[in-house]
Amino acid sequence: MPRVSVEVDGVRYDDDVEPRLLLAHYLRDRLGKVGTPIGCDTSNCGACTVLMDGLSVKSCSVLAVQADGHEITTIEGLGDGRNLHPMQRAFHEEHALQCGYCTPGMIMASLDLLRENADPSDEEIRAGLEGNLCRCTGYQNIVRAVRRAANDMRQSDQAEEAHR
Amino acid sequence: MIPATFDYVRPSSLSDAVAALREADEEGKVIAGGQSLMPLLRLRLAYPEVLVDVSGLPELRGIRDEGDSLLIGAMTTHYEVIRDPLVQAHAPLLAAATATVADPAVRHRGTLGGSLAHADPAGDLPAVVLAMDGVVVTSAREIPVRDFFTDYLTSALEPDEILLGVRLPKAYTGWGHHYEKFHRTAQAWAIVGVACLVRRVNGEIAEARIGLTNMGPTPVRAHAVETAVADGPASRQAFQAAAHDAPDGTSPPSDLHGSAEYRRHLAQVLTARALAAAAGA
Repeated sequence: MPRVSVEVDGVRYDDDVEPRLLLAHYLRDRLGKVGTPIGCDTSNCGACTVLMDGLSVKSCSVLAVQADGHEITTIEGLGDGRNLHPMQRAFHEEHALQCGYCTPGMIMASLDLLRENADPSDEEIRAGLEGNLCRCTGYQNIVRAVRRAANDMRQSDQAEEAHR
Repeated sequence: MIPATFDYVRPSSLSDAVAALREADEEGKVIAGGQSLMPLLRLRLAYPEVLVDVSGLPELRGIRDEGDSLLIGAMTTHYEVIRDPLVQAHAPLLAAATATVADPAVRHRGTLGGSLAHADPAGDLPAVVLAMDGVVVTSAREIPVRDFFTDYLTSALEPDEILLGVRLPKAYTGWGHHYEKFHRTAQAWAIVGVACLVRRVNGEIAEARIGLTNMGPTPVRAHAVETAVADGPASRQAFQAAAHDAPDGTSPPSDLHGSAEYRRHLAQVLTARALAAAAGA
């Protein structure tokens, strides 16, 4: 079996994996990172979205062996359990979820969007999240949450900048 | 679902990769970004014995300026294509069409070479490189794009042949361009797509190049429309008249998204729109 060395949420793991093991299953079943759910079998829904070297990927469409040598960030790598990441807080406060199944993927895809566009319009948010499906909310509150998180994150960046 | 078992190799040289495919004796499959292949593996529509991961091969990387053409490495991701300054300068049609492929996460992993090798007639990029008279460069030879797509999900690639990149002529630098894609939901495949390039001189269309997505088992050129608009006015009326010929020589599929007849109608409407957008009319 091929051996992989992957950094997940800041911790390095060395494991022997079967070639057909999906990254999503590696994260959930081997590392216990069940914060990343699996929603569909067609690469459509985006629930399993994680960041790979900072870019969003659907972890059901990446083999664990393909993640060898790369850095993965899951939803579990964002907060510390007590303090929420600003994107998590915004999803909470704007009621951007009902059942919550799509939320980890939505949050990771939203962070990817803000990486290149710190102040996205509603239209840009919708385009950025087109690979993530939510069957509860109608997306209104998700878009609102991403806008709020973008504002909060810009303000905290500015505050940090001023502090320096 | 979980894919059927397979062996996996990630060679660090092109010769090793070709040797691995040869050894697999037609049961091997190249994986690049895997955004087309992974769903097929998971649905068990494909069950290769060996996956040959080409992500470690330097020959497939980068975008090179070759003077009168660009050579875009097969492993160039959609994300990279969209942002590349050379592509933006000399092949903005490719950048524009690539921006419509799937969604951001898929574009981070999916590659230009993978899209071409997968040869899906509903894929957006085959029609673009066909319209641009590109040349596919492989580990064994060079194949003009017009000879590359041979059937539904089938290309001219031999089982032990690896796609290294695609060469696009700079001849279309400065031409008006547009990719018109018709689909019902975000991230869905094109029901029909039209890749269009036009060269305008003094308010007239001097030349046009048009590639059609999902109008047959392979991408097709709308040569009749190209001829009909050449040396004519850059007007919507002229485009609509010329676009009448768009379905000529096509054999579009009938499926749950639309009948062949509906696609022929769409090809006319979308070709007129694409010409107007490309010409700024």
